[in-house]
Amino acid sequence: MAEYQNIFNQVQVRGNGEMGVPVPRGERERLGKPRFSRWLGMIGNAQIGPFYLGFTGLMAIVCGVVAFEIIGLNMLASVNWDVVEFIRQLFWLALEPPSPEYGLSFPPMAEGGWWLLAGFFLTLSIMLWWTRIYLRARALKMGYHIPWAFAAAIWLFLVLGFFRPLLMGSWSEAVPFGIFPHLDWTAAFSIRYGNLFYNPFHMLSITFLYGSAVLFAMHGATILAVGRYGGEREIEQITDRGTATERAALFWRWTMGFNATMESIHRWAWWFAVLCPITGGIGILLTGTVVDNWYLWGVKHGIAPDYPAVYTPSVDPAVAESSVPAVSVETAK
Amino acid sequence: MNTPMLGKLAACGFALIMLQSCWEAPNTQSTQTGFRGTGMIDTKNDKTLANLQSLNRIPEAAPVPADTGPGPKAKDVFENVQVLGDLSVAEFTGTMVAITSWVSPEEGCTYCHVAGNFASEELYTKAVSRRMMEMTRDINSNWTDHVGETGVTCLTCHRGNNVPEYIWFEQDGPRTAAGMSAKSYQQNHAAMNVGSTSMLSDPFSKYLSDEPAAIRVIAQNALPYKGVDAISSTQDTENTYSLMVHMSESLGVNCTACHNTRAFTSWEQSPPARMTAWHGLQMVPELNKTYLEPLGPTYPANRLGPLGDAPKVSCATCHQGVSKPFYGQSMLEDFPAWKGVRDE
Repeated sequence: MAEYQNIFNQVQVRGNGEMGVPVPRGERERLGKPRFSRWLGMIGNAQIGPFYLGFTGLMAIVCGVVAFEIIGLNMLASVNWDVVEFIRQLFWLALEPPSPEYGLSFPPMAEGGWWLLAGFFLTLSIMLWWTRIYLRARALKMGYHIPWAFAAAIWLFLVLGFFRPLLMGSWSEAVPFGIFPHLDWTAAFSIRYGNLFYNPFHMLSITFLYGSAVLFAMHGATILAVGRYGGEREIEQITDRGTATERAALFWRWTMGFNATMESIHRWAWWFAVLCPITGGIGILLTGTVVDNWYLWGVKHGIAPDYPAVYTPSVDPAVAESSVPAVSVETAK
Repeated sequence: MNTPMLGKLAACGFALIMLQSCWEAPNTQSTQTGFRGTGMIDTKNDKTLANLQSLNRIPEAAPVPADTGPGPKAKDVFENVQVLGDLSVAEFTGTMVAITSWVSPEEGCTYCHVAGNFASEELYTKAVSRRMMEMTRDINSNWTDHVGETGVTCLTCHRGNNVPEYIWFEQDGPRTAAGMSAKSYQQNHAAMNVGSTSMLSDPFSKYLSDEPAAIRVIAQNALPYKGVDAISSTQDTENTYSLMVHMSESLGVNCTACHNTRAFTSWEQSPPARMTAWHGLQMVPELNKTYLEPLGPTYPANRLGPLGDAPKVSCATCHQGVSKPFYGQSMLEDFPAWKGVRDE
């Protein structure tokens, strides 16, 4: 039973490929003959394929490739079609959204048109992929937990690139496509709106993000730890507990006085994961539309504490030296 | 040792090497600068510190004391003395020798003067250095909010070079394809002068030239007021951010040197250095406008930038990696000629 103490799967089942349930009449056949991979078997099922593509899957890939090409070719153009520079600077390159002056209009291709087009095809691709997941869940007569969880992530994606720019009246408020550029955008976004850490929905999102990691570690560790008693048979153990479940439950009752059950632990995990992008999306949507400076909002609502002054507090020299009534008028052009 | 073991060791070694390149070299010292728990910390790296300290040592030189005696002034004795003429002959010649050691140690006097006819206006370097002398005295007498009593001399920027090492020109931006391909707006490339971020690679023309853009972008109210804060975008913020990265890199400090990062805009919580920096941001565009940019027609082509503009100053020109040039050591007591124009 020592196999459960290893970080890799020790057991790999080999035989004829598992083809799955028969395909209903009139539906497309699954693609590919099953193969086996020893290396993939270490971290999952060793069997690869068959694969179901279907219309939505095919269209999702087509739209995804279109978006990927628009972004990639524009990045390549931004280094004057120099492949070496493209590889060297890949993490810095980006496809930038339109400037503020274009608002919600369709700008010239070079000034944000390509960004809108890439965003359109990427969104379409993601929506089609969601549909595919929904349809596959239905085909297998499963619940719809997976598509709804994916929808939670899509919500955050749409808030960042679509809903919030719409409410702000400008595509320029959206995120650029690019590795470092989107990170620079994230930092600038937080700074512009007075520190996102004071946004309660950001707090919730972080709670669910880190909470997911903790729950994942607790659950994974618990099941591996009782694997020697057959603890991985979680579904049967929802109704028929057995010694593995008893020991796992007792462990947590001993250590923290409370334990989840074989059923509820998966609801915990699902809700934590799903609430992370849902609350995060709400936080982003409120930023700039309902709240302009989260730090000041936090002060107003008593969540930003005052610290003893260490330096003599300074007075804004721009206000001290001129008669300009409010600093906020001096915004950047 | 068996082969899989060796493989694992090699993998670990490789991972370590890869990780090594992600963090700063060890021996980073941090000093608490604000209230405990607020993350107000100044970090210095021993490795870079030693190098910076050697670069920011003022070389030994004979001082040129102030001479306000009744003797003749330089302008009365020498021909064509338009600046520093208010000094005595001794202080004037001593100052000239000092300038030579700071700016043209190899070329000597003839870098700016025609041998045998020091009054000649033939060399452009003379016209430029004259303006630079006026600028130095202007800074030390009118910009004390920024330079304090420490002040600056030619050496602060030049450090023995004819042309200071850290200057800037207007840039075309990286070479990109034209036509319908998306513009890069001088960003989204590895920009080494703004901390190798992907942000605006030329914050200088935007914020430090004769018509500087407004730097402030953060909302001053908790709730949005349409038409006031609404005009500063996240994109504007990135541009301001790139200027701030330039300042941070030039001074070898973190954001927390000037800001309490929980509320960047709040003056009440800012360290006093922010006030000094604010005056610096008023001073630099003014210097570029008054002294540096107008010298364009004076320079030969090889001194001009790719777009034909004159070399200009940024924060790095004086600071060169430290928060106070030469670690705040003043040269004005040894070279009082630079304090400002002397009263008659």
